[in-house]
Amino acid sequence: MHTKKITPWLYIAPATFLLFFFLIYPLVNTIYISFLNYNSEKFVGIKNYLYCFTNEIMLTSFRNNSFWVIVFVPLAVFLGLIIAVLIDRVKYESIIKSVIFMPMAISFVGAGIIWKFVYAYRPVSAAQIGILNAIRSFFSLDPLPWLIIRPWLNNFCLIMVGVWIWTGFCMVILSASYKGIPRELLEAARVDGATEFRIFWKIILPLLKPTIAVVSTTMIITVLKVFDIVYVMTNGNFGTEVIANRMYKEMFIFRNFGRASAIAVILLIVIIPMIIINIQRFREQEAIR
Amino acid sequence: MMKKKVLVLSSVPLHLIIIILAFIWILPTVGLLITSFRSSGDVAASGWWTVFEHPFSYTCYTIENYKEVIIKIGIGKAFLNTLLITIPATIIPILIASFAAYAFAWMEFPGRRVLFVILVGLLVVPLQMTLIPILRMFNKLGLAGTFPGIWLAHTGYGLPLVIYLLYNFISGLPSELFDSSSIDGATPFQIFTRMVLPLSLPALASVTIFQFLWVWNDLLIALVYLGGTPDVAPLTVRISALVGAYGQDWELLTAAAFVSMLLPLILFLSLQRYFVKGILAGSVKG
Repeated sequence: MHTKKITPWLYIAPATFLLFFFLIYPLVNTIYISFLNYNSEKFVGIKNYLYCFTNEIMLTSFRNNSFWVIVFVPLAVFLGLIIAVLIDRVKYESIIKSVIFMPMAISFVGAGIIWKFVYAYRPVSAAQIGILNAIRSFFSLDPLPWLIIRPWLNNFCLIMVGVWIWTGFCMVILSASYKGIPRELLEAARVDGATEFRIFWKIILPLLKPTIAVVSTTMIITVLKVFDIVYVMTNGNFGTEVIANRMYKEMFIFRNFGRASAIAVILLIVIIPMIIINIQRFREQEAIR
Repeated sequence: MMKKKVLVLSSVPLHLIIIILAFIWILPTVGLLITSFRSSGDVAASGWWTVFEHPFSYTCYTIENYKEVIIKIGIGKAFLNTLLITIPATIIPILIASFAAYAFAWMEFPGRRVLFVILVGLLVVPLQMTLIPILRMFNKLGLAGTFPGIWLAHTGYGLPLVIYLLYNFISGLPSELFDSSSIDGATPFQIFTRMVLPLSLPALASVTIFQFLWVWNDLLIALVYLGGTPDVAPLTVRISALVGAYGQDWELLTAAAFVSMLLPLILFLSLQRYFVKGILAGSVKG
């Protein structure tokens, strides 16, 4: 296409300007602030980072985010995959898809309230209005304060909210990829007498591997940044603190911009491998084009 | 004959598993909806599922909770704020991004590849890395706590994904289109407005619903740049504050939550196709 030399720059100028202003400049600035004291007046070296790696609540946050990665990511991806494969065989596929996918449309705040109510707890003597504890009392078990029992039960309960939200996302992507597998391939295996279970492990799973990798990286990034669910449901109390919520507290409650920035930088460093993977994947795509 | 029977039998557990899963998935939301229409006395006395014991007694439902949260607690005002935030914060980035995506896809200029690779990298940069410098800048410029401030912030944060999605679509348009129209003497701007934009409508629909829901449902950016003042606070901020203040008043919390979910649910159910397309095209973003 024949264009004047200046034309492309005019088209990308507003976007480039905003990206620089809202992403690139702050990125560099935050790294700088992380080496300054709470109000950025004094250079303190790596003191903020030392705090991050020695403070007890910070260590709890790291532990919890790791727990999220280990439990949430496989669960959401695996459930999404199983549902994608199963619903492909029924006629009412689209209805089920809508139901599983629906939580993606609502806010994490809304989801937080929905699930806080599911986990609602009252003493043994009172009527249980949270469905989980009602089920427990139906089986004559004592009600549990789900969101208070630390360290694993309450974190696990929060993770289940994440699974409820994100399984639909995994399902949609994996389902599109699953439908790309030639049906003859699966039929041929069935004719040869392979069980459905074997077909899943030996044919479907290997063919979907690249998509599973994409979905898993996306989920890992999501989980490392998890904020809203924890903020609404426990605000990090009872040993459920996560990195992003801690950063928010350091920033707005303790007004320590140095520490808050150091936490953000640590978050970035953990996510950098995912950024590199994304760029490589993009380059491969472009090469095919 | 025999074989067919076996197939039917083995599919019974399949249907059962699928229906149970869907049931588990929808149950919490049903509980929220029912609770939001029950009186506070009923909600405290019995679980929401007990309404199914006498399904035809409509008198046990009330819209008082909605009246109270919308008028007295200010969720109505918050709804309006959310709209005032979301509409410009959806239109502005898409407008800016479509120009950029077109240039990246069909114009030659030095540094094009490098710039686009940086953009792909920016897709997943944690927002936390930007909050403090931008908040300081906003404070200096008087943009903190204002709608224009949050429109700009959502525009900046939304751009990488919106450009990326539109680029994927626009770069896939057939190149003959551009050759023949430039021979006809059309300027790039005419090609853009008369051909590229109309042809990109499906992609534009996808990114619009994407960005709309993202801004509508956002909590962190609103918390940081707007704060909790009722004048400007959107639904997410107001409702998360209610959790602290009305922690046990489930009939109010559920009604407020449902008000915030209504529009996204309508959009989702009517435009699901475009939403799914957007997700499939942009699955790199976290």
